[in-house]
Amino acid sequence: MGKSFRWYRKKVEKIEEAASPLNIVTYRKLVWIKFKTHRLALMGAVILILLVLFSFVGPLFTSVSYEDMDFGSIFSPPFTEGHFLGTDELGHDVLVRLMYGGRVSLFVGFVSALLTTIIGTAIGLFSGYYGSILDRLLMRFVDIMLSIPTLPILLTLTLVFGSGISGIILVLTVFGWMGVARLVRGLTLTIRESEYVVSAKAVGVRNLSVLFKHVLPNVLPVIIVSATLNVSYSILTESSLSYLGLGIQPPMPSWGNMLQKSMNYILGTAMGVTPWWLTFFPGMMIFFAVLNVNFLGDGLRDALDPKFTSHT
Amino acid sequence: MAASAILRVEKLKKYFPVKSLPFSRKRSFLKAVDDVTFTLHAGETLGIVGESGCGKTTVGRTIMRIYEPTSGQCWWRVGDSAETMEDFFCYKNAQMRRIRHQIQMIFQDPYASLNPRMTVQDIISEGLKANGLVSGGREMINTVADIMEKVGLLPEYMKRYPHEFSGGQRQRIGIARVIVMRPKVVICDEPVSALDVSVQAQIINLLEDLRSEFGLTYLFIAHDLSVVKHISDRIAVMYLGKIVEKTDTDRLFEAPLHPYTQGLLQAIPVPDPHQRKSGHRMLIAGDIPSPIDPPEGCRFVKRCSKAMDRCRVETPALLEVREGHEVACFLYPNPRE
Repeated sequence: MGKSFRWYRKKVEKIEEAASPLNIVTYRKLVWIKFKTHRLALMGAVILILLVLFSFVGPLFTSVSYEDMDFGSIFSPPFTEGHFLGTDELGHDVLVRLMYGGRVSLFVGFVSALLTTIIGTAIGLFSGYYGSILDRLLMRFVDIMLSIPTLPILLTLTLVFGSGISGIILVLTVFGWMGVARLVRGLTLTIRESEYVVSAKAVGVRNLSVLFKHVLPNVLPVIIVSATLNVSYSILTESSLSYLGLGIQPPMPSWGNMLQKSMNYILGTAMGVTPWWLTFFPGMMIFFAVLNVNFLGDGLRDALDPKFTSHT
Repeated sequence: MAASAILRVEKLKKYFPVKSLPFSRKRSFLKAVDDVTFTLHAGETLGIVGESGCGKTTVGRTIMRIYEPTSGQCWWRVGDSAETMEDFFCYKNAQMRRIRHQIQMIFQDPYASLNPRMTVQDIISEGLKANGLVSGGREMINTVADIMEKVGLLPEYMKRYPHEFSGGQRQRIGIARVIVMRPKVVICDEPVSALDVSVQAQIINLLEDLRSEFGLTYLFIAHDLSVVKHISDRIAVMYLGKIVEKTDTDRLFEAPLHPYTQGLLQAIPVPDPHQRKSGHRMLIAGDIPSPIDPPEGCRFVKRCSKAMDRCRVETPALLEVREGHEVACFLYPNPRE
């Protein structure tokens, strides 16, 4: 109690010092200070960077490929000679596959979140700002998209577009933008009526310019947060698609399809042991990625809110 | 009235449609502004006063074309000759754009009317850019620095964000972004009502200084009579979307004619306790009726102590009963009849 209180005080002091009239503090600086003092968010950012390094730089330090099979030691448990996190039923090295799987999972997660956010934001902004018929058309389209049962369509689409990375991203984007669109539209409706937008228009600023200079910057914090939530959603959906056998197909690994394959062995024994490591490690990777993306989003939201100065 | 008219609002009406019950065919309207006519002379300050909800802000916003007028005209002096006036309510967007910077508006709430994510420089230069008044770069920065000094802000604060300023300073930013475009007419929509009394005086003085320096004409909308008395040359009193009395400031305060104006002036608190006891104060009873369903006849009839039978049936027109003193009340006979 005492310790955490002291820490809290220190943080408030830091923010107040930065915001004192003697210092010229730009909004960006203040955001950075607030973000820096948000412990969980900082931790989230660091762990995510480590995960990215692990997946994209890690494979450079190993000569083993994700396709290489060591038939001599299948189902070897972690800490076996040569296989730090063990091997699977075909003798693939789990550690190496986690690295390559991370490439797929993180890439799919971030890229589809980015695309989803861009499309959803654009549709939400125009729908909310211009209103009337455009709004009604776009929002009915959103309703239609939302009422389509996603899973059967996903299954069909992955069959049509193939189950490669681009197919997965396409499918996740096509069915993922509606939430962002609705969120952004709602906020745009409020901001459109705000005094600063009315006064900008009174000054003679053109509509498109109002949209990008006034509305967008004020929706941005919410967009960023929803984007981070979308990253975790995409990673999880990719996993469940892979789990259903429709995502990334073996031999290419993703955290999701590694998890899915391991399910075949989780209840039985193979070579005398239950290969728990096949489930545990990919599961933990997904868990950490999603958790830390959410922490990061939390911190960004707090840091970008001008009224928010303290939180422990 | 030697000065020439610069802006004339004629029979301005602004009705807002009101959502009725679901499935009901009946559409009702909120008559925010109902048949308002007045003239602004170059260089003067016309005050518009009234209770909240009387439509004074709507008048300002409709002239700015933030709201589209339901009907009426707004004649605007083109160029310097007094004869050629054009009705800009029938201007298309492109035409409106050409005169946009000449009619500007200072907003009421200095906290809500500045975008929290733009620097002061961006806010002030926005109008200049949008109307192509100043080409960018050095010239823009100099113009912004000049105007900041004129309104009493340090030009060093150019890169700061609105949240770093006090209410009074924010209103100065709001004034700067309007004045920087060198408008001819400025509509001040309760520019001081959100500020402390001490700051109010500073802003009022600033507005007066700017008026003489740039030769501005103000339409000053407010509910605070002492503020309006201080700054206005003439005052129009509004009640439920209509102007009930309009005359010179001095005459309005010395000899108000309309019962509503009389009540309004009586309601000004007297700071002297001895004087307070001596006089009998006539206060206006009741609340302002809904503008969706205004009373028949005179709008003020239900709260008026001098209401006659005629007031319940007929609506009094705004007539010049004495020279330079217009009032809409049957107590004062039409001099022309």
